[in-house]
Amino acid sequence: MQYQSFLIKYAEIAIKGKNRHIFEDALVKQIKIALRKVEGTFSVTREYGRMFVSAQGDYDYDEAVEALKHVFGIVGICPVEVSDVDAPDKLKEKAVSFFGREYPDTDKSFKVHVRRLDKRYPLDSQQLNAMIGEAILEAYPSTHVDVHEPDIMLQVEIREKVYFYSHVIPGPGGLPVGSGGKAMLCLSGGIDSPVAGYMIAKRGIKLDAVYFNAPPYTSERALQKVIDLAAVIAKYTGPIYLHNINFTAIQMYIYEKCPHDELTIHMRRYMMRIAERLARDNECGAIITGESVGQVASQTMASLQATNEVCTLPVFRPLIGFDKEEIITVSKKIGTYETSILPYEDCCTIFVAKHPVTKPNVDVIRRHEKNLSEDIDRLFEEAIATDEVIIVGKEDVRQMA
Amino acid sequence: MMKEIYLDNSATTRVFPEAAQLMSEIYLNEYGNPSSMHHMGVIAERRIMEAGNILADILKVNRKNLIYTSCGSESDNLAIIGGAHANARNGKHVITSAIEHPGVSEAFAHLKEEGYEVTVLPVDRYGRVSVSALEEAVRDDTVLVSVMHVNNELGSVQPVEELAAAIKRKNPKTLFHVDAVQSFGKFRINPKRAGIDLLSASGHKIHGPKGVGLLYIADKVRVENLIYGGGQQQGLRSGTENVAGIAGMALAAKMLYDDLDRETERLYGMKKEFISRILQIPGVSVNGIEFGEGAEPLLDPARTAPHIISLSAKDVRAEVLLHALEEKGIYVSAGSACASNRPHISETLTAIGLKKDLLDSTVRVSMSVMTTQEEMNAAADALKELIPFLSRFRRH
Repeated sequence: MQYQSFLIKYAEIAIKGKNRHIFEDALVKQIKIALRKVEGTFSVTREYGRMFVSAQGDYDYDEAVEALKHVFGIVGICPVEVSDVDAPDKLKEKAVSFFGREYPDTDKSFKVHVRRLDKRYPLDSQQLNAMIGEAILEAYPSTHVDVHEPDIMLQVEIREKVYFYSHVIPGPGGLPVGSGGKAMLCLSGGIDSPVAGYMIAKRGIKLDAVYFNAPPYTSERALQKVIDLAAVIAKYTGPIYLHNINFTAIQMYIYEKCPHDELTIHMRRYMMRIAERLARDNECGAIITGESVGQVASQTMASLQATNEVCTLPVFRPLIGFDKEEIITVSKKIGTYETSILPYEDCCTIFVAKHPVTKPNVDVIRRHEKNLSEDIDRLFEEAIATDEVIIVGKEDVRQMA
Repeated sequence: MMKEIYLDNSATTRVFPEAAQLMSEIYLNEYGNPSSMHHMGVIAERRIMEAGNILADILKVNRKNLIYTSCGSESDNLAIIGGAHANARNGKHVITSAIEHPGVSEAFAHLKEEGYEVTVLPVDRYGRVSVSALEEAVRDDTVLVSVMHVNNELGSVQPVEELAAAIKRKNPKTLFHVDAVQSFGKFRINPKRAGIDLLSASGHKIHGPKGVGLLYIADKVRVENLIYGGGQQQGLRSGTENVAGIAGMALAAKMLYDDLDRETERLYGMKKEFISRILQIPGVSVNGIEFGEGAEPLLDPARTAPHIISLSAKDVRAEVLLHALEEKGIYVSAGSACASNRPHISETLTAIGLKKDLLDSTVRVSMSVMTTQEEMNAAADALKELIPFLSRFRRH
């Protein structure tokens, strides 16, 4: 059956009190962005506690559902049949024929759940439930009613129009992107950082991203890989501004001036500083990293302490308590895994020592960092000046109604 | 934009403008299907015949012994798999070398899966197969042997004529296939005289187009087709012929062979000069080359090809050196670029016993007739500048 409309269910955002309109506005906006790439013309409308997406004329159902499944804030997507508000007899007929088209020859159990938001309607919900239920039983005798655990839940909502639906396609949940501000994601080519970005975006936060490029140690293909990863995340978040920073000079300077077993720590301290500068320059309220405590030497608690102390913005580490396997599971679910495992060198692994420090002493690190004082400020500014912004996920925009 | 210095000619080459122009003419004006009965078909067919005449003339063979494919790998596959299948009653034993291109080695892997017994011959430290070892390996049930002429990573040359003679001495029924993708356009090859039954070549390694390959099949050698279709090319390779590609490949080959002796001498000269220059860089070694008593490189055409130089730079990762050269507009390859972008340890370099710490530090410089002495000097200078600098920054 071809549906022309979807009822969009959103749970969490409905309880945000006075801020509710902010979340709803953000959700409408994100739905519109997501549907831009879908063949067809759509409109998004709001009615009390409900949101509807309607297609005008032909459209690609699968593409539309797929796009909506990527919109944070949506809990459920219900393909609905919409009709005018008719007298009870006519309504009953329509309900029966909807049921028949949806579930031809079924022997499953069902329950009818009518919601009557228009209280002027002549029958109340209980009466309507009973009436429609009986009519379905009569028309399809192989079915039976089960009010506790029905296989099929036929929903009928009477508003300015009448909506029939029985399927709920799960959405990703969370909060609409943009409703919670913006943060700067440190995006490498690995498995973790895209997942971290996804998780924070899911909480309503829009993403900018920074990638540290180190030619000739990293290749053009490594950058392309990061762009490809950002493009996958952008399916959930809308366009991402990816800042490509040339980090080679700082990296080499650290290599020459600091003990080699501390290289990664010093490097990450400068990456955090650059990320923070970019965050502040681009109205981001936090930094996001894919760190998971204990995963590698640079992510032990002591190492995190050493890299954390260089910035004052909050650093979100949504994966901090995740095992690698758990991260991989999410990565596969959101579609970044296949790209993440492509074997291009990223700048974190170039000079990695065989036995890097695992418990860096912050005082020692600070002292060794002084070795850099001669040139590091200049190199820092030069690195910031290499910032090349790549807007990812903006192409392929179709006309929106 | 700086002018690029392209030294990755063993990966692919720039198409000769004359070949590109000819192809453009065919695409735009002589676009008929060579199988069509009308005039447009006839002139397209004539283009293929003319190309066949050129290529047959170069190889000193008959035009009807040439099959056109889509690439060198397809030619290798058709020769090896098709050759083994068509002659399966002669046995199920096949032989190849340890340093073949994947177009060959993977075809053997496929035969192995089908139940064939595969013997892989080792090579010496110059990347050469031993004639006596091959002779010993050939048995009564050996159906096919495949050994490449010029190795793509090292430039080492196999004694294909001696190998052919050794095979036929032992078993006249055994087919001998030679992957000549890296040698066609660089050496005069006469498969008939050499005793080669099957020989592969490719268009894009000789300043012709990508998407076209060549397979010579000697008289009375049976090969089973891999592709089923309209029965073109004596049923051995169905599918409408790539008319423009075939014509472009033939013209490019003609241009190379018309000037072969002079160019070969020039390339060997540049190779010798380049090797002498880079050997002055601390930590640099050159692979697969023999040196004389005065430490001068011995560039015997029977042992090393004119256009390929494999060099290792201690403590510098090949990929980093490649990208650092790229920043200067110089393009080389790390190991064999042909295989895809998947970094892997080269089987060829392992087979010649290259020290483990150099496996990941080896780049290939490959020249063509378009390469100039100035470009090679610039590349040597760039290496001289980059290698000492890059070797300061290494992993611990």
